[in-house]
Amino acid sequence: MDFDSVIQFPNGRAQGRNFDVVRWGSMLGGGALALFGLSRRSKPGFALAAAGGLLAYRGATLEETDQEWYVETSFAIDCSPAQAFQFWRDFENLPKFMRNLESVKVLSDGRSEWTALGRMGMNVRWTAEIVDQRENEWIVWRSLEGSDIDCRGSVHFRAAVGDRGTIVTASMQCRPVAGALGKAVALAFGKDPEFMMREDLRRFKALMEAGEIPNVEGQTHGPRSRLDKAIHAAYPEKRKPAEFEANLQQLQTQRSAS
Amino acid sequence: MKALCWMGIEKLSVEDVPDPKILNPRDAIIRVTRTCICGSDLHLYDGYMPTLEQGDILGHEFMGEVVEVGPGVDRAKLKVGDRVVVPFTIACGKCFFCQQELWSLCDNTNPNAWIAEKMMGYSPSGLFGYTHMLGGYAGGQAQYARVPCADVGPIKVPDGLDDEKVVFLSDIFPTGYMGAENCNIHPGDTVAIWGCGPVGQFAIRSAFMLGAGRVIAIDCVPERLRLAEDAGAETINYEQVEDVVQTLKDMTGNRGPDSCMDAVGMEAYGHTLPFLVDRAKQAMKLATDRPNVLRQCIMACRKGGTVSVPGVYGGFLDKIPFGAAMNKGLTFKMGQTHMMRYMRPLLERIERGEIDPTVVISHRLPLSKAPEAYKMFRDKEDHCTKVVLDPWADGAIAA
Repeated sequence: MDFDSVIQFPNGRAQGRNFDVVRWGSMLGGGALALFGLSRRSKPGFALAAAGGLLAYRGATLEETDQEWYVETSFAIDCSPAQAFQFWRDFENLPKFMRNLESVKVLSDGRSEWTALGRMGMNVRWTAEIVDQRENEWIVWRSLEGSDIDCRGSVHFRAAVGDRGTIVTASMQCRPVAGALGKAVALAFGKDPEFMMREDLRRFKALMEAGEIPNVEGQTHGPRSRLDKAIHAAYPEKRKPAEFEANLQQLQTQRSAS
Repeated sequence: MKALCWMGIEKLSVEDVPDPKILNPRDAIIRVTRTCICGSDLHLYDGYMPTLEQGDILGHEFMGEVVEVGPGVDRAKLKVGDRVVVPFTIACGKCFFCQQELWSLCDNTNPNAWIAEKMMGYSPSGLFGYTHMLGGYAGGQAQYARVPCADVGPIKVPDGLDDEKVVFLSDIFPTGYMGAENCNIHPGDTVAIWGCGPVGQFAIRSAFMLGAGRVIAIDCVPERLRLAEDAGAETINYEQVEDVVQTLKDMTGNRGPDSCMDAVGMEAYGHTLPFLVDRAKQAMKLATDRPNVLRQCIMACRKGGTVSVPGVYGGFLDKIPFGAAMNKGLTFKMGQTHMMRYMRPLLERIERGEIDPTVVISHRLPLSKAPEAYKMFRDKEDHCTKVVLDPWADGAIAA
């Protein structure tokens, strides 16, 4: 697989959501067009109605793709492409800023075992291999047979114009495999995968620049209302207990480098 | 510890809450010795800033003694025992914006940046005690406070200077100063300043420091206008004139002030029809802001002049005379204060005795009286211009 084929949707929207828009847009728009055409009671009117009907039919029969998603997002980071690449290339670093990634274990043959915390405590596991990489420029990986999900991802690092750091672009495509239905959705943790990826990249940026990820989780406060408690329970944004040590380690690495 | 918590619109209470903890390597814990109520805290009190939660600890103007530092804090810059003033903006010191000294626009200190991005396109820096959209950090109207990125913001102050002389370096003095700097003052310029609250007072004094020939201050509270006059400003009581814009024209030979500053922000008062319409819309949640001062600034400013906005706005503004701004070729400068740019030089001005910041203080109270103090400050009762709180005093302190 070549690098270009991974980047299919350059606007970075989740594929599933785009299909929903197409689907409902076709059904409603087509239906309205059909009614309008019929109300004209003329030859062009009937042609319009026929076209509208066809559009509505297509919308209604579009395949459900809720289980599959593709996301891509970019962040400008104030470090060199090499610094960002080297940190990322050690996949065991990724759980330091990817909140729903429990662990990554790099095996001796270059493959890696990934464990993500999915929705309702469901663990999602996959084994990945690197498909293609160029030092300090890009990494493309995909999951292997026997994984809970069928996914592939890429990340590339290029110097921003005018010596203004590095543009990091990450993408990930995910679809369920037979026998593990729902795991691809579970991986999204009940959230928009695009949102998750953007927040992960934002944390990566903070870690690379400030040496720590900003945090208010666990700080002191007065009595919360029942509504606020319910909202926090429904959308837990817990950071991992090891994040403090990970931040400190990154900070010390930066200090000793400079 | 004791901390002032927001419990709902116009509902505050001093609660017993757990002491703050170090949560990030670059954190420090400060034992707060003085903290103040800011005019912008009143926007929270009145419920005009979205994303505040019950139980949030308020306050972004505070100073104190460092009692604990995280393992990632650069000890050469901050250590236990240091006496520091803490700026209200939190900055990482490393990102593109910090490097440009645009400290209040730091990229890496707002854990809830996505909320701010939805409202504003991009997120400014995290702030203490000022809504979850802007970080959700617990504030400093408490006995202790956690200060993130503590080796960037807090400034050490010499022992010879009283708390009250330096505590305003945490916000209002630098904010007033940047407001004046944003006026792009040339020697002899006329600067009109709407709002003679504490920020307005520092802005008036800063405008003169920067070479303004005339400062015209606009407010309706007699003691504030008196303070403005003490600093050398001419004053307009907007309740006593028919039309502020016309009055300014008359005072400047139909040219208009070279710069106009809105040191009021989203909760402006007035006595004209547009104000009443704004008030109604804000009450019905149709608008977040009442921008009648900003409208007057734009209309009053001379052709090619500058409008500076240190006053806080929260959302979408209605009926802004943008055509006037465009056709008159105005320059707009605004933003939350880039604190770390100003704290050191302004501390030096205080040390040299060029300014006595304590003139704005009207009330010194214990933290336990903070809920009443907010109401008094909001309603301008008892000649209240600025409240300084002592988190450790038990009884009332004489004003």
